Parts: sequence; C-alpha cells; structure tokens
Amino acid sequence: MELRRLRADLHIHTCLSPCGELAMSPRAVVDRARAAGLDLIAVTDHNTTENAAAVIEAARGTGLAVLPGIELTTAEEVHILGLFDAGADLAPFQAEVFRNLPDIPAKRKFIRDQVLVDAEDYVTGFSPRCLFGATLLSVHDAVGLIHGHGGLAVACHVDRDSFSIVSQLGFIPPDLPLDAVEVSPRLTVDEARAAFGPFDPFPAVRFSDAHKPEEIGSVTTELVVAGPDLGELRKALAGLDGRKVVPS
Amino acid sequence: MTLNDLAARLELKAFTPGVPLDRSVSGGYASDLLSDVIGRARKDDLWLTMQIHPNIVAVAVLKDLAGIVLVNGREPAPETVEQAAKEGVVVLGSRLGTFELAGRLHGLGVKGS
Repeated sequence: MELRRLRADLHIHTCLSPCGELAMSPRAVVDRARAAGLDLIAVTDHNTTENAAAVIEAARGTGLAVLPGIELTTAEEVHILGLFDAGADLAPFQAEVFRNLPDIPAKRKFIRDQVLVDAEDYVTGFSPRCLFGATLLSVHDAVGLIHGHGGLAVACHVDRDSFSIVSQLGFIPPDLPLDAVEVSPRLTVDEARAAFGPFDPFPAVRFSDAHKPEEIGSVTTELVVAGPDLGELRKALAGLDGRKVVPS
Repeated sequence: MTLNDLAARLELKAFTPGVPLDRSVSGGYASDLLSDVIGRARKDDLWLTMQIHPNIVAVAVLKDLAGIVLVNGREPAPETVEQAAKEGVVVLGSRLGTFELAGRLHGLGVKGS
C-alpha cells in the first residue's frame, strides 16, 4: 500500500467544551479544517465524546477524516487525550466516564454554555453537568479505559504548568502504557525535550488544542501513513510497517 | 519532633506499618502538584498532599522527605503502599484538610520555609 504524508490536528474542542467558543460548531470546524489543508482531525471535548458524531457527519463527503475523541481529566487532574475509531460505538465508554464524573451542575455564570449540536449546527441541548471537573479515574484507569474501547491514549500538553502529567505527577509514571505525548503549541518538540528530557519511549506529537475556529490547524503533526484512520495512526505512533510520525 | 510524636499528637493513620516512624521532621510543605514539590520541598520536610498516585513515593525519595501525609481521609492506591514499603517511605493519613492540618503542625513547631 502506498504511503503518503497527511496533516493531522487531533486536539480540537467544540462548543460543547465549557472553554470552547460557540463558533466551534460541526460545520465551522469542518470548513476551517479543510481551509487549513488538514487531512485528519479529532474532536476532543472535556470529558465527553457527545459532539463527535455530529462533526463526523458534517465531514462526510468532504474528504476530511474525523476521529471521535475526548480530553479526559483524571483524578490527579491530568489531561489524557483518547482517540477512537470513526465507527466505534462510544456510548458504553461515555457512560463509564459519566459514572466517574461527579455530577456538579454547570453554572453558566462562570463557564460558557456546553452546547450539544447536530451535523447541521442546530442546537439539540445543553450538557447539564460541569464537564470540566476531574473524574475519579486515575491516569492508569483512564488509559486502561481508553485502550479497553480500542482507543489510543496521549498525555496532553506535557510542558504546561497545569493539567499536565508532569505538572501533576512530577514525571511520567514508567509503567503507564501511553501511545504518545503531546507538546503544547508553545514549544517545539525539540524545545520540550531540552526542558523535560526525552519522552522515550513515547513519540511526541503537537496539535492546536483549538478552542476557536482560527486556531484549527495552527499546529499540526505530519504522519506518513496509508490513510487517515485510527489503525494507521496507531501504526505511525508505534513506527510499524514504515508508518511514522514526522518529527516536528 | 519525630514522625512518631506527630502521628500520636495529630492522630495520624499509618498506611506503611512496616516502616519505622523514628525519623525527625524539620519542616513542612503542602502541595498537590508534584512538579512543585520536586522544585520546592526540602530534605526532612513532612509533605501534605491529596495525591495518592505511586509517583508521590518517588518524589519523597528524590527529595529525601521525612514522610507523606494524605489529607481529607484519602487512602493511598495499593501500588503506592507497595512502593512506599519497598522504598522505606512513611505514608500517613489524616481526616483533616490541608489547611487545618498545616495549622496544627505549625502550632506544634513544624514550620515552612
């Protein structure tokens, strides 16, 4: 199978995240991702996968591939990205996340509306619980839960002072089976390595962590893969069969 | 003041019964960000935290801390107890929150920097 270079931005919030702009609707995300020349994106709202299906649907027929995902907050307040197959039934996964997320009502005074939408940008509801809270899942439980549903687990923005595995836990636990670490848009991978030491054995990726449309695709990672899907991404992160992450 | 004295006076629970409590405590530090503890805690400090992950044991060893106190009635993860026993790190527990426990420690002469 022929390998090619694809541009991926796999950390994008929608209007469902309490910190995501209302403008981050499925159509806007897809339009902006296409305009930015992206081949593959992932929808990663805080502690929820509920808007992902709408973005996948909105991208149908456009040539843009969309993975459903999540930015999970662990009990240690570490953010872990979960990336799943586009066809995965994530209802059982989501139920498990909500079972572990204390049901604190969202107070609109302090956070943005958590807007549930369909593929045509119609509002279908509002998530009533505060999505930004920490779940009761440890980092090991979170990675295990993501893997158990066929997903890939990436430690988010490891160079940041908050919500990063390094800020919260001092260092990456050596027995934590991550698939990659993400460096925030603030640093290059080389700068992050200089500051934090090598992330070996984990590959390092960089994504935009977009909360507004203009941020989509501002930071991307190039993959050498046969196509834009989770299986190919898995191989690229593991460096299998000639697939790889292009150093950024 | 030794860990033993403090454990008795503050009714701390010992999660690592095999590790002796004869070590002296020279100061205290309270933080839930392990990166911050690595940067700022001092040797022989007693460390107050909410975190229960096994990495707390590694941080205590790295900084040569006198011991760890888990606040708010938190229970350590089983791997944390296992690691602590192996490394000889004392892990204690208190029903009190960080603010109250730090205040009582301060009253007993355990000071921060």
